[in-house]
Amino acid sequence: MTIDLRALGSAAILLALAACSPTTSDKAGAISELPAPLSAEGDFGATLQAALIAAKPGETIVLPEGTFQLIDGLSLDVDGVTLRGAGQDKTILDFTGQEGAGEGLLVTSDDVTLMDFAVRNTKGDGIKSKGADQIIYRYLTVEWTGGPDETNGAYGVYPVESKNVLVENVTVRAASDAGIYVGQSDNIIVRNSVVEYNVAGIEIENSMNADVYGNIARNNTGGILVFDLPDLPVTGGNSTRIFDNEISSNNTRNFAPAGNIVASVPSGTGVIVMANQNVHVFDNKFDDNRSAHVLIMSYSLPFTDERYNPLPRDLVLRDNFYGAGGNDPQGDLAPLAAALGGTLPAIVWDGVDRWGEGAAQDVNLAVLEGPEAGFISLGLGKYPIDPAAMAPSPERPAASAVAEPAAIVLPQADR
Amino acid sequence: MRRLVLLASLFLLAACAPAGKGARGPDMGVILADDPAPSLSDYGLFADMATGAPAPGVLPYDLINPLFTDHAAKHRFVFVPGGQTAAYRETEVFDFPVGSVLVKTFAFAPDMRAPEDGQWRVETRLLIHKAGGWAAYPYVWNAAQTEAVYSPAGQRIGIETISPDGAPLQLRYAMPNQNQCKTCHQTGKDIAPIGPKARHLAHEGQLARWEAAGILSGLPEGVAGEPYAFDPSAPLDLRARAWLDVNCAHCHKADGSASNSGLWLSSTETGPARIGILKHPVAAGRGSGGLKQVIVPGDPDASILLYRMASTEPGVAMPELGRSVTDPDSLALIREWIAAMETE
Repeated sequence: MTIDLRALGSAAILLALAACSPTTSDKAGAISELPAPLSAEGDFGATLQAALIAAKPGETIVLPEGTFQLIDGLSLDVDGVTLRGAGQDKTILDFTGQEGAGEGLLVTSDDVTLMDFAVRNTKGDGIKSKGADQIIYRYLTVEWTGGPDETNGAYGVYPVESKNVLVENVTVRAASDAGIYVGQSDNIIVRNSVVEYNVAGIEIENSMNADVYGNIARNNTGGILVFDLPDLPVTGGNSTRIFDNEISSNNTRNFAPAGNIVASVPSGTGVIVMANQNVHVFDNKFDDNRSAHVLIMSYSLPFTDERYNPLPRDLVLRDNFYGAGGNDPQGDLAPLAAALGGTLPAIVWDGVDRWGEGAAQDVNLAVLEGPEAGFISLGLGKYPIDPAAMAPSPERPAASAVAEPAAIVLPQADR
Repeated sequence: MRRLVLLASLFLLAACAPAGKGARGPDMGVILADDPAPSLSDYGLFADMATGAPAPGVLPYDLINPLFTDHAAKHRFVFVPGGQTAAYRETEVFDFPVGSVLVKTFAFAPDMRAPEDGQWRVETRLLIHKAGGWAAYPYVWNAAQTEAVYSPAGQRIGIETISPDGAPLQLRYAMPNQNQCKTCHQTGKDIAPIGPKARHLAHEGQLARWEAAGILSGLPEGVAGEPYAFDPSAPLDLRARAWLDVNCAHCHKADGSASNSGLWLSSTETGPARIGILKHPVAAGRGSGGLKQVIVPGDPDASILLYRMASTEPGVAMPELGRSVTDPDSLALIREWIAAMETE
């Protein structure tokens, strides 16, 4: 047996380096107050991981400028730590040679701020935070540099099972599932970010109380998704507002590996609301989404979760701008559109209002757009779809718009 | 059985170990200190570091079904402070008192068909029950095999050996960093042991030995452990569930690091969808392999569970940590189990 001992010995030295980094100032303010960056010499992955482990609550770890090759996932489990690079395009953590772990960086502690760096080419997810309350993702770039590809990681920015999530000014490209995915979480803001060339640009799933605004979702397969799925610990997603976003040209082919729920997203959709409740879509600009600008649909697969309601309920659509689109419907929408003359209007509802042996429900979908915004109900009634049962209708469903949830307030917003 | 041979040889070593550093026995001051000791020998858990013989009061133990970790041999020891006991619990990890230490040393031999011959100890991981909860500390052995030093940042080393089935085996063995310890050893926000549960320990009189050694209280009569996963005389379903329990359920449980998957693989779970039968993945990404359900009864090749067990690719391979090669025996077991499931 040979044991390669080259790796041995470096850890202790690196720990000593980490211990030398000065403690943070009381205020996370001007750059001049920040501690010195970590050394860029030697095994940077080991240096950074050692610093993440040795960090004390309240500490700021500063990353140097440069591109760093990492072979293993990083993780942070200390509350109140800020991890700060020299800029989204200046500090790049490159995981092209990653040998292990399910993501590039995993955060499992509270009150963490991640800012001013990039994560590139992770084998799994980009940055994941789980059970990490009051997290901030700010001025980050997560991308797969080869462009859309089935072998890219699933999620770029991936907070899950968390309270008080802030994602702002991030850029995510080419995730094979969702660029920004917030799952099983409560009290969420995703704003002022750019998501492009992902399967789903932004996805809010099995979550409560989310504001998604000021984002640009372009050139994804689907722009912004609000989903609720069965058989998960947290279900019953509700109360999301999607407003002031630019949602355009989401016509990239669907490159999600089969089996994932987003693999069924038709290329060319702007917003999809699936099996969620109390969702408000307003003041967005939709343009050039070839399947449909807004798709309202039920969860269509069999499930056993007795808590679960697969229907979208209490939706409000108002004051959106709808440009050209629906001209070349894709995926599951293609055969349905073909039966309707080949194109779809701006807003498409599957018309499903019951499941199993249950009776029809009042799903209360309020389409409060001007008459120029096209609408169609496919009138499918229930799943599984019986194409013969399709009963398309341009008539908007009778509804009484539910009250809009209050703006999300996050305790960490001024951090 | 291989494990017994190993244990027996360790007892022999213990019997003839010379007194040296650590012979004084476990040092409660070091064990309960706020920070980890720089060296493994500082704890006094070993009578002789060079041989790995435990100090008096430090009891070797084993698990009926160990976690697969790249074919590494593992030596486990338990220490419970004098006069105290761990309280028996039926399904959860025993309730160990503050000051308890669980020790696990990972080792390789030149030929893993004879893992006790010429062992090289790679790392020793400590789980210590501090006053504020459990803490996990990794120690990496030196080249002279006389000491292991605290190494929280993790590292990979290359290892070449012969696998248990006789084939050449080259590994990039990953020693986890301290945070990764928690990825598996997580219960809610806290770190917790995984192995010392009655169903993993109860075989060959082991729990009676714990009781006789004065470290376990409340042991009921007739506690039965799970079957050895590779004992073909035991029921297939119980063996497969026992294997999943040990290899997956530390993360795949309600308060584990894979809780959000909704796939919970403890042998105590009963719901078919909960253990993956016809369950759709939620965040698998390319880990789905283009397959649509976690377990498709009767069709192992359509089951994401087996696909991810058979992969060594980061982002696909499960478990995410601790495995860089596949285990043919485990794959055969789970394949047989899924194939034997009744289809509707």
